[in-house]
Formats: sequence, structure tokens, C-alpha cells
Amino acid sequence: MFVVIAGGGKVGRTLARILMSRDNEVMMIEQDRRRYQRLTQEFEEAVMYGDATEIFNLERAGIERADVVAAVTGDDEDNIIICQVANHKFEVAKSIARVNNPENQEAFDVLGVTPTVSATNSLLSLIEHEMPAHRLVHLLNLKKENLEIVEVMIEEGSPLAAKRIEEISLPAGVLLISILRDSKALIPQGSTELLAGDQILAILEPGREDELTLMFLNG
Amino acid sequence: MYVVIVGCGRVGSALALGLVEEGHKVAVVDEDEDALLRLGEDFPGEFVHGVGIDIKALQRVHTENADAFVAATDGDNTNLVAAQLAKERFGVRCVVTRVYDPHRARFFKEQMGIRTICPTADTINLLATAVRTCEVNP
Repeated sequence: MFVVIAGGGKVGRTLARILMSRDNEVMMIEQDRRRYQRLTQEFEEAVMYGDATEIFNLERAGIERADVVAAVTGDDEDNIIICQVANHKFEVAKSIARVNNPENQEAFDVLGVTPTVSATNSLLSLIEHEMPAHRLVHLLNLKKENLEIVEVMIEEGSPLAAKRIEEISLPAGVLLISILRDSKALIPQGSTELLAGDQILAILEPGREDELTLMFLNG
Repeated sequence: MYVVIVGCGRVGSALALGLVEEGHKVAVVDEDEDALLRLGEDFPGEFVHGVGIDIKALQRVHTENADAFVAATDGDNTNLVAAQLAKERFGVRCVVTRVYDPHRARFFKEQMGIRTICPTADTINLLATAVRTCEVNP
């Protein structure tokens, strides 16, 4: 696979290193001259100097034959533009953008830049997952594929507690995939009884979170 | 007319002052609070401290009510993202943005439907015309 990586910071160069160790071809683009010079010592021909938001530089990097573009610079506006150019001008099969500031997530979504990766949001999900009582947590978002996996907890007093799966009617577009009970995963069947404290993993179409949350609260 | 301008440098501030003088309502967004100085003490419009790609900042100036939106910061990518948000997220009909890089300006104009103004391309044309019309003295 040939991957163009925009941005040679910690994320970009670690990504490049791993991809190369798995026999992928990589071209990293770095716009800071001093950082570029340091990178050449390790990456040699697999790094080039330039602003990855300039179409000319993307062409020099070989974007036309890229299988994947990863826009992982420290600037959200740059990552958005790089992915838009990759998708709409060069028709790259897959482009992935890093979201630096989670507050900009909606901008990526509105402008159709997907999938995105945000370290802050991932950390937040992991921390929420560990909290004793937590609301719905997103574990995986695949917007383009119209799919997401969430985790919801059955609270004490939830109308779903002590009900069998076959007794509840799930909203359309929602499927239960697993029950985490006492740190073990159960594959649910119709006869499986839900208990307070269970954490439910569900697969659903994006936008159905509210229906699911309501169902857990009101039955 | 209500106009939102992102970027209060030489261009954004002069545009804001000109529009206000013509009787339009204007709001200006800039990431540098001192940029307000360019507008003068009597500026009757609104000034909001914020970044153009921040949807919350655009909400604060009620971009959804804007008749026109101008992105004129010194960053091409900031301008392109802000302009697209104004169009797609806030539904502003008239969106104009400055983009220095002629290639990005052309791509976003032709393929992404954003009205870009490229000072670099304009300067090249002006210089070329000036050269072509030079009277060469032997």
C-alpha cells in the first residue's frame, strides 16, 4: 500500500515508522524546514519538504497513486483542506483526518471530511468507559459506512432490568451485540435476562443514540 | 444588508468600515483582540474575538442571519473552511473568500462551488498586462 502522510510531527512520524515496518510505501510531507531536516536522517527519501495543502506538493508526493492519505498536521483547517483536495481532486480511495481540537469535530462532519481521529475524544471515551455510571459512550464511529458502536449501561431501576431480550422491542436500526457483565462479555440470546449494571454494546445507525438512551430510561 | 467578515486585517477592517459607511450592518471576527483597533473607537458594528473555523464563534455573530459572508484572514485554509461552513452549516447565500494560492483558489471555485478571489492571480494578470503594454524605448 502507498500512504501519503501530511505532517511529520509525533503522530505522522510514528505512523510512517509503523507503516514502513509493515512493508508499506510512505511519503511524508513536512512544512517546517528544521523538522524536515531531522526527519530525513531517519526517513531519507520517504519524506519531502513542503506545505501539504498546496496541490503542487501533493502531486510531487505522488498523491495520484496513493491508496490512503492521512492528514495529521497540527492544524485542523489544514487537515480539512488536504482531505477535501485528496477526495475531490485526486479521488484517493481513503483519506483520514486528525482532529486536534474536538470543538472542530462538527466542522469536519459538515464538510464531509470522514473518517476522523481525535486523540482527545478517544481518551474521553476510554475514561467514560471506566466510570461506574456513565451515559452512552461512542466506541466506534464509521460515518461513511453509516454505522456506529456504542456502549450503554442499564442503570439501577431501569425498566429494562430483569427483562429478557425477547421481551424488549429495540428501535429500528439498532442491534445488541454483547453484554458486559462482571467484566465478561456474553453473546445475548432471546432468553438472556438483562440485569442492572450490565453494559450493553449495540451497533446502530448514526443518529439513533437518543432513541436508544430513551429506551434505556423509559423502557 | 447584514455582513459577517472573518479576518480584521488591512482588507477585512477596510471592508468593514466601507460597508458600515454605506449603511450596512457588519460583524467582524478575528483571533487577535487588538485587531479591533483597526476599526476605530466609533465602529458601530460588532466585533467578536474568535477563530473563523470555530462554529461557536460564527454562531455568536448570528451567521445564519447574514446576507453575505466574507473570509479574509491571512490563512487560505482558514478562509476556505470558514467560507464552506458559512455556506453549508449556516446557509449563507453570498459567500466570498480570499485565497492567495491560485491553484487552491481555482480548485475550490470550480469544483467546490466557493467564490474565491485570488489576489495573486489578479496581480499576475495586471503585471503581465503592464509588461505587454510597455512602450519600449530603444
